[in-house]
Amino acid sequence: MDTTAPRSFPLPSEIADAPGADGWQAMYPFFTRFQPEDDQRFWFYNAMHFPEPMPAFDAITAEIPYTAIGANSARVFVLPTTLGIEHRIVNGRVYITANPVTDPAEIERRLAEFQQRAGHYYGNWDAIYDAWKERMKGVIAQIEAITVPELPEFEDAAVVFETRGIAQNHYVRENYHRVLDLFSVMWHHHTEMLFLGYGAYLVFFDFCKKTFPEIPDQMVARMVAGIDVIMYRPDEELKRLARLAVECGVDDLFTDSGDPAKVLDALQDRGEAGRRWLDGLDAARDPWFHVSTGDGFYHHHLSWNDDLTLPFAALPRYIEQIRRGESLERPTQRLQQERDQITAEYRSLIASDEERAAFDQMLGLCRLVFPFVEDHKFYCEHWFTTRFFQKVREFGKLLRRFDVLEDADDVFQLQHYEVDQALADVMLAWASGGRPVGGSHLKPLVAERKRILEALKEWSPPPALGPIPEALNDPAVQMLWGITSETIQAWSAPTTDEREVRGFAASPGVVEGIARVLMNVTEIGELREGEILVCPVTAPSWGPVFGKIKAAVSDIGGTMSHAAIVAREYGMPAVVGTGQATKRIRTGDRVRVDGDRGVVQILDA
Amino acid sequence: MSEPYVLPFAGVGRQDVGVAGGKGASLGELCRAGIRVPPGFVVTTAAFRDVAERLPDGGARAVEKRIAALDPDDHTTVAAVTASVRDLFTSAPLPQPLETAIRDGYAQLSERGLLDRHQGEAGPSPLPVAVRSSATSEDSADASFAGLQDTFLWVRGADDIVEHVRCCWASLYSVESVTYRLRRKLPEEGLAIAVVVQQMVDARCSGVMFTRSPLTGDRSVIVLEASWGLGSAVVGGEVTPDSWVVNKVTGEVLRRTISRKLHRHVADPSGRGVRVEDVPEGLQESPALDDAALRKLVAVGRAVERHYGAPQDIEWAWAAGDDQPFLLQSRPETVWSTRPAPPIATAAANPFDHVLALLSKPGARPGGEAPR
Repeated sequence: MDTTAPRSFPLPSEIADAPGADGWQAMYPFFTRFQPEDDQRFWFYNAMHFPEPMPAFDAITAEIPYTAIGANSARVFVLPTTLGIEHRIVNGRVYITANPVTDPAEIERRLAEFQQRAGHYYGNWDAIYDAWKERMKGVIAQIEAITVPELPEFEDAAVVFETRGIAQNHYVRENYHRVLDLFSVMWHHHTEMLFLGYGAYLVFFDFCKKTFPEIPDQMVARMVAGIDVIMYRPDEELKRLARLAVECGVDDLFTDSGDPAKVLDALQDRGEAGRRWLDGLDAARDPWFHVSTGDGFYHHHLSWNDDLTLPFAALPRYIEQIRRGESLERPTQRLQQERDQITAEYRSLIASDEERAAFDQMLGLCRLVFPFVEDHKFYCEHWFTTRFFQKVREFGKLLRRFDVLEDADDVFQLQHYEVDQALADVMLAWASGGRPVGGSHLKPLVAERKRILEALKEWSPPPALGPIPEALNDPAVQMLWGITSETIQAWSAPTTDEREVRGFAASPGVVEGIARVLMNVTEIGELREGEILVCPVTAPSWGPVFGKIKAAVSDIGGTMSHAAIVAREYGMPAVVGTGQATKRIRTGDRVRVDGDRGVVQILDA
Repeated sequence: MSEPYVLPFAGVGRQDVGVAGGKGASLGELCRAGIRVPPGFVVTTAAFRDVAERLPDGGARAVEKRIAALDPDDHTTVAAVTASVRDLFTSAPLPQPLETAIRDGYAQLSERGLLDRHQGEAGPSPLPVAVRSSATSEDSADASFAGLQDTFLWVRGADDIVEHVRCCWASLYSVESVTYRLRRKLPEEGLAIAVVVQQMVDARCSGVMFTRSPLTGDRSVIVLEASWGLGSAVVGGEVTPDSWVVNKVTGEVLRRTISRKLHRHVADPSGRGVRVEDVPEGLQESPALDDAALRKLVAVGRAVERHYGAPQDIEWAWAAGDDQPFLLQSRPETVWSTRPAPPIATAAANPFDHVLALLSKPGARPGGEAPR
């Protein structure tokens, strides 16, 4: 290691409150606070999942996943060398650390359990995954069915005549708890098969890197990635809608500057043709528009259904392509051939037959588990999670109706525990005929927290905290975050070039162009043909605008992320997981994106 | 005369190292594989042997004895004895059939006129050729033996060619060659050398190409180096060449390093021999190969590797205005190919045993980036 590099990152106890953000601590539960003894441990900022400060409610997207991940790794599958992940929040940012198992005897004892348990899942993978999909659809159906009581003046008479005996203010709490409980159920299922899925990928990755030290990560990904993946479906539906628009003769309504609401109104005036298209839209929306414009960790990552801006922004281009007679079909056959050819060529370069046999086994296992690895996100982070936030938002509407909040979305400025109290206040007021007292307490609190959140956005979180570990040996951390000793070294080294942003080389090629920094998908209309998209996260739902851009750069994401896969299909350079591109690059900067090396250079700012 | 003195490239293959030397055999083999090499012929080891037999003062046996008796640490004596042996070769009378064979070979080569003649020449002038030593041990166990014998570029006219063939023979007795053999206790008996006479490529740029990474041994990449002018500048380490690491499977350029190339070797203005000149400022930092040229070279490298069935170490040159490269040499890569390598993994009873094994290792370092 470079001897000039520091031996430690700042200690958690040395982190001062971000300027103007005093009192941020009250936004998060006590158990997320750094403890004095935490100074002894190494923590890293989970920028991959939590690239911005957490609104109070959204901290649940750390609390519940870590409850589930740890349970599955430490207790359910008994991974030999790791327990679970602990998280802390400082200045709104989520830092995590894993609890490794280092005692060889203990590893041995856990290994015996792990082999049986993991072996059962691998051995029955397809059947388990088929059942998993059904269970997950059941969980989604349950959250979709949850209602928020209306709390009318008089209770529904059926409560009396059917002798139900329970008034609906009871269901305010029960149903709110159901929403949270289902979020937890989803995350337990999410992490149930994930480690094993990633494990298969990692072992293949490891083999490829040892056999071909210079193989790009994306090449390993290409050998493994599925061609027929559910995450392509939303984009496919858009293409179908574009064809339908041309077929019905309503394609003139879709223009670059079109506001979705106005387009929908105009369609109403087009009689039968307009109705046919709107029916087509309705058919596509459930479930294929339940895709998040983010990664499912923030309430403001809305779905296409919540906000039609993104899907409608993609339509004019598709329509134009259809008019020109271009095919919109994904060249699946070509992609399949390319994948097979790449695999066959690498396979032929392996030195010995016995190693080739191992390669075949590992690749076979990857292809067995990959449908889950690729598709689970649609069910979990997209379909379920966008439904989850919608339900919470509906409770926000109830709170607004009772004048406890100014706005339904303000509910996300409260901890989920505080929402419980706010709802209790409403339940009591409805019962007593009095007024909820929450308004005078919560409205100023929400205003203050919004202000704090803005202040926290200005804070630059250190990539890690605490002493640098001698060796980073936690497979969970490596699997989920790709963080190794090399990563940590790179973090601790001073930045060599201010005009350079580094990330993962996700899709090959080098291009120069003008950057367009979009912090939010609602800004998608600003994107111009041939620009380079720079955004916090290239979620699958951004895919449809990829045809418009020259290259994509993101703060978050890995070489196996859907966006990376789509970029490769478009043959467009992409650098993902830079951690800071949206901070360092400004709209209008001329940049060079090197998708071969994972480097973005700022040429003219 | 049991063997011919001169053979065209097409008349030799990779099994003919004993007759044509490593370089000659390799050029013949490349010709047979349909790879583009500058046309030429080999002055066989039979020619060398017949000349050696007829040397004054006891012929080949006497030379062998004198050399074998040397102490490699006695530089003065080594220098004196080798100089006198070299003189024998450069002044020995040639058998008439041999001299005729070389002159005829050159005449035929000149007639073929496959390559554009040297630019800027006034009227027809003798075809320029390279006269290259082709040692018999080059391609075998000891690759580092290669390069100890001389190569002469931009040689013109039958008289000069005969003189330079003699120089190649003599270079088998250079101080370096002899010291090398003595230190390694290589036998002097039966030692022979062939000479390649090959039409000169007026190289705009040239370089080398390894069909596996010399740094990591990775067989999925091709590493190319290129600089302006003749390849002697790159091989001799006189310039820092541009370099590219290309993915063999997809053709993607993984790394590209463009260096400041200050010097180049070019034909001397007299048309004979080589001189070193400064690279014009505008060219110093421009890549010596564009992407299209890179792709063509990679394709040739892959074809050669496929033909031999093993990673290759290749020298190439690219003439100005030409749309394809010429290969000047290809030999098996020897560093990584001979290194013992335990298998990285072997088949397990159950495919998922690989995962269990990885996740069971404390401090397992899978590295890289996982999907999410």
